[in-house]
Amino acid sequence: MLSVSTDSRFVHKIWQAEELERMIPGGVPFPMLSDQSGAIGQIYGVYDPAAGVDLRGRFLIDPDGVIQAMEVLTPPVGRNVEELIRQLQAFQHVRATGDVTPSGWRPGETALHPSPGLAGQVWQVWKPKQGKA
Amino acid sequence: MPEDGCVQTARGPVSQGDGADVRESHEEVSRVSARVGGKAPDFEASAFFAGGFQNVRLSDYLGRWVVLCFYPGDFTFV
Repeated sequence: MLSVSTDSRFVHKIWQAEELERMIPGGVPFPMLSDQSGAIGQIYGVYDPAAGVDLRGRFLIDPDGVIQAMEVLTPPVGRNVEELIRQLQAFQHVRATGDVTPSGWRPGETALHPSPGLAGQVWQVWKPKQGKA
Repeated sequence: MPEDGCVQTARGPVSQGDGADVRESHEEVSRVSARVGGKAPDFEASAFFAGGFQNVRLSDYLGRWVVLCFYPGDFTFV
């Protein structure tokens, strides 16, 4: 886990001491990175030059350094950590097994083995969850 | 991890195969190059971690899953 904003590393230090340690015992346990020029946010497509800040962008990067998922929100809405963890578990399952994971998949649920015979037959082995859109 | 003497900031974006002077090639690497299914653009950033300052380079994390989270600012609300 790496967090990035346009604040300096000095501001990160004080934020950890003044506020984050009061929310989380010991403060956040990951490196807090500084992107004061916005150059890192720029290459990730999340830098807003008018506001001078990095937008709320989240990138899931696999052990080969390949981006497997991304999500970008404007500042007022926070992220959903449960969905991030679900996606991470799904990508790890795919990497380990070669299976593919249907919508909303969680560990322990049915994943699919792609094959010519399965085309058009997914309805026999997987159904949308009841009570969910 | 490279030492951070609190004076010089880290190098920022690092182009593929780059060794030394990143600032000269800054224009070249400032285009958006992040996309799903593509290599995560490498960079080096100054960081606060475990009570101290250090430089963090994304490519040092090869071999591990990484969640890279940008956010608008410290001391803001969400």
